Amino acid sequence: MRPEQQGVDVAVLVSVGRHPITGRARRADQDARGLELALGLERQLPGSRVRLLHAGPRGEESESALRGYLGMAAGAGTGLDTLTLLEQAEGSDAIPALAQHLAAAPPQLVITGTRAERGEGSGLLPYALAERLGWPLVNGLAAVEKVENGVATVLQALPRGQRRRLEVRLPAIVSVDGAAPAARQSAFGPARRAELEATPVAAEPDQELAQWQMAPARKRPKRLKIVKAASARDRFKAAAAKAEGGSGQVLEGVSAEQGAEAILKLLEAEGVLR
Amino acid sequence: MLETLLPILIFAALALAVVGAWRRIRLWRQGRPAEVDLLRGLAAMPRRYLVDLHHVVGRDKVMSNTHVATAGGFVAAAVLMILVHGLGLANPVLGGLLLAASATMFVGSLFVAKRRRNPPARLSRGPWMRLPKSLMAFSLSVFLITLPTVGVLPQDAGSWVLALILSAVLVWGLGEMVFGMTWGGPMKHAFAGALHLAFHRRPERFGGGRSTGLMALNLDDSGAKLGVETPSDFTWNQLLGFDACVQCGRCEAVCPAFAAGQPLNPKKLIQDMVVGLAGGSDAAYAGSPYPGKPVGEHHGSPHGPIVAREGKALVDAETLWSCTTCRACVEECPMMIEHVDAIVDMRRFLTLEHGNTPNKGAEVLDNLIATDNPGGFDPGSRLHWAADLNLPLMADVKQADVLLWLGDGAFDMRNQRTLRALVKVLRAAEVEFAVLGVEERDSGDVARRLGDEATFQSLARRNIATLAKYRFQRIVTCDPHSFHVLGNEYGELGGVYEVRHHSTYIAELFEAGRLHFAPWKGGSVTYHDPCYLGRYNGEYEAPRNVLKALGIQVAEMERSGFRSRCCGGGGGAPITDIPGERRIPDMRMNDVKQTGAELVAVGCPQCTAMLEGVVDATAEVRDIAELVADALVARPAAAAVDAAANKTTAEEVT
Repeated sequence: MRPEQQGVDVAVLVSVGRHPITGRARRADQDARGLELALGLERQLPGSRVRLLHAGPRGEESESALRGYLGMAAGAGTGLDTLTLLEQAEGSDAIPALAQHLAAAPPQLVITGTRAERGEGSGLLPYALAERLGWPLVNGLAAVEKVENGVATVLQALPRGQRRRLEVRLPAIVSVDGAAPAARQSAFGPARRAELEATPVAAEPDQELAQWQMAPARKRPKRLKIVKAASARDRFKAAAAKAEGGSGQVLEGVSAEQGAEAILKLLEAEGVLR
Repeated sequence: MLETLLPILIFAALALAVVGAWRRIRLWRQGRPAEVDLLRGLAAMPRRYLVDLHHVVGRDKVMSNTHVATAGGFVAAAVLMILVHGLGLANPVLGGLLLAASATMFVGSLFVAKRRRNPPARLSRGPWMRLPKSLMAFSLSVFLITLPTVGVLPQDAGSWVLALILSAVLVWGLGEMVFGMTWGGPMKHAFAGALHLAFHRRPERFGGGRSTGLMALNLDDSGAKLGVETPSDFTWNQLLGFDACVQCGRCEAVCPAFAAGQPLNPKKLIQDMVVGLAGGSDAAYAGSPYPGKPVGEHHGSPHGPIVAREGKALVDAETLWSCTTCRACVEECPMMIEHVDAIVDMRRFLTLEHGNTPNKGAEVLDNLIATDNPGGFDPGSRLHWAADLNLPLMADVKQADVLLWLGDGAFDMRNQRTLRALVKVLRAAEVEFAVLGVEERDSGDVARRLGDEATFQSLARRNIATLAKYRFQRIVTCDPHSFHVLGNEYGELGGVYEVRHHSTYIAELFEAGRLHFAPWKGGSVTYHDPCYLGRYNGEYEAPRNVLKALGIQVAEMERSGFRSRCCGGGGGAPITDIPGERRIPDMRMNDVKQTGAELVAVGCPQCTAMLEGVVDATAEVRDIAELVADALVARPAAAAVDAAANKTTAEEVT
C-alpha cells in the first residue's frame, strides 16, 4: 500500500514580468511556470494550499500583471483568489520583506522563478532567501514527484533534457526555469475578481541598486557557427552537436596583463580583431 | 352529438394550449433580461413572417409553396373552426371558407408527406415523421365535420360510430396542431417562431436590413460572470429563438465544419440548447449528430453548465471551437436564428472565465495583449514590408482622403504582396492616402471571435483613440475582417467610420475613370466570396465588377454569392484547429476545381492563406488587388489627349 500523501503548504513568489519585445508588464514566464507547478501539486496532493506572494510597489500596470497569476486559478478548485502584496516603495530590497513574511508563517515549499524579467534580474533572490531562512534550495526544478514525511522527491532539470532525482527535506526553496511545465492560460474574469491583500512593510532601500547605472542591454556578440557540410547528414549532425569546448584553456593565478594578452590572442585568432 | 362534442373538444384543446404556452414562456423567462420593444415587435411580426421569413423559405420554391398551403390553410381553418364549430356560427359562407381552408391544408399536407417519404439526411426524423399524418388527420376531419354545415350532407348523416371515429381523428389532429404547439411537439415552431420573429434580438435584419456585428459584452460590472455558462445565461429572447427551430437542417447542409467532419452541427447545437432550457438528455434528438459524437451521452439543465470542465455536459467545448463564424447557417436559417451569436457567447465564458481557449488560442491572445498583433511580432516592424515604398504616415500628414488600414497581413509575407499591389493601384489612380503605420493595432477580430471580449475592447478603444487624432474621408482595407470590425463593431464603442473593402474602392476608381487596364490574357477565373465581405457585409457585386473591368468572365462556383462556402479561416478556427476528417480549404479548392478555373480570385488575406495552403491545388490563388496591379496600364494612347484635357476636372473630383 502506498503511504498516504498529505497536502503541502506552498508559497509561490511572483514578480511583475516584462514582455521581451514590447516591454509591457505581464506575468513573468518563469514565475507563472512556478505557479503552474504549484497548481499541479495541488491536484496531485489533495489538501494542498497555494498562496501567492509579491513584494514591490503597487501600481496600475503591476497590478494587472499580478492579476495575470490569479487568473490561472480559474475554477481549479483551489480557492486561490487572493495574492499577498507586501507593499514597498520602488527601489526597495524585496529580500528582507519576503524573508520576514515567510519566517512568520513558514510554508513547506517556496517556489520562485530563476530570474526576474525586470529590475536587477540577477537571479540571486532564491539564494539570498535560502541563506536567510536557512532552508535548502534546489534550482531548475522540472517536477515534484511526491511529498512524504516532510521529504519531497523532485526532478531537477539538467541541460539537454537530462533529469536528476533529488530528495529534499522541507521546508525548502525551489526555483523553476524554462524546463518546468508551461503556464496555463490566465482567465480575465477570475483575475479581475480576485483580491490583492496589500500589507505595507518596512521598506529597506536597496542601497547597492541605487548606486547602479541602468542601461538597455546590448545584444551579446554570438560566435558564428560556420558549417562546412557536404551532405544532409553532416548538416544534421552539426545542428544537433553539442557545442564543443575543446580548444579552451583555463587560466588560473595569472596577472591581469597575462589574462588580457590571452584574451587578445583569442580575439585575433577568431578574427574579431584584426 | 357532434354539436355538443365539438365545442368541448376545441375549447379543451385551446385551454390546454394556453396552459402549455404559459409553461413554455416560463422556460424562456429563465434567461437574462433583454431590451425588446414588445409591442412594436408584435406589430411588426406579420410583416416579418410574410416578407422576411418567406424570402428565405422561398429559396426552395416547392417547400415554400407547400408551407404556404399547409400553414395558411391551417391558420384559416383553425380560426374558422373556432367560429363555426366552437361558437356554433353555422353560417354556410363561413362553412364554405372552412372547407376551402381545410382542403388547401390537406393538399399541402400531401406535399409534406411526399417530402417525408425519402427525406434528405438534413431533415430530422422522430416526431417529425408523423407530422404529415397529423396534418392530414386535422384537415380531413375538419373538412368532413364541416360538410353537414354547408348542407352537402344531411345533419344526421352516418351513424354515431362514424361520428365517434371522426371525433377520434379530430382529437389526434387537435392534439398535434393545438396542444402540441405549446407542449413541445413539432408544431412548437409555429408558436415559438412567431414570438421569436416579434422579439428578435436583431430587429434590424428585417425589412431588407443587415445586422451582423457581434454585440459588446458589458465589462463594467467587475463582479459579473462573463459570457454564457448555463442555458439560463442566454437572454430570454435567445432561448425563445432556439425553441423556434424547425430542424429543417438547412444550416447543417451549408456548415463547413459539419462537412469537414468536425464535431459541429448547427442544428444539433440549437436542439441541445432546447434540451438545456427544458432540462434532460439529447437522446430524443432524431437528426444527424455532431460528427463522431453519438447521441444520448450528453445532458443538461437550465442552471447547469453547458460545457463541463471535465467530462461531459450539454455540449463539448470542441463543438463550439469548430465554428468558423462564416454565418452560412444564419443566412440559410428560415427561422432567422442567430447561431453565431450563441456560439460566441459560450466561447466568451470558456475564454474569460475558464481560461480554456484550445491549442494556439491562449498564445495568440497573449500575443495580442502584449504586442497588439496575433503573431507576437514587434509592433515597430509593422511597416517593414514597405520600407522602399515611402508611404505617407498619418502622423506626418495628419489628414488624407483615404486611410489605408493594413491589417495584420502586414506581418505576413504573402499578404505583403497584396498590400504592395494595392499601394501600386492607389498610386496609379492618384489617390491621396496615408497609413497609420506603427500606430495601427490588430482590429480585435480574432480576439473577439475567440471569446476574449476584454482584449477586443482594449484594442478597439485604443484604435478608436488613434483614429480620432486624424482626419480622413474613409478607411480602405484589403482585409474583410478588419473591414467588418471597423465598420460594424466599433460603432458600439464610439468609433463610426466609412469603411470600404479594396474591391469596392477599386470598382469606384474604375468607374470614375481613374484606372485603365490591359485586356486579360490569362485563363479562366473563378471568384471566392469571403464570408466577412459577402454574408457579413453584403458586398457581392463590386469584386465581380472589378473582374469584369479587367476583362475576366467569372466562372462561378456552385456555392458562390450568399451561399459561398467558407475557406475555414474565420473565427479563429485555424488557431483552435479542431481536427476533422477533411480540411475545409481542401473542399473549397475542390469547388474551384469543378469550375475548371486556372485561377481563383480572392479578396481576403485569410482566404488567400487557407486556399494557398491546399496541396496539389489545380488553381492559382491571387488577390483582386494583385490582378488589378498586374493589368494596370497608363492611359490608352487614344484617350491620352482627352485625359490631358480632362485633367483639371479629374482633379476636382478628387
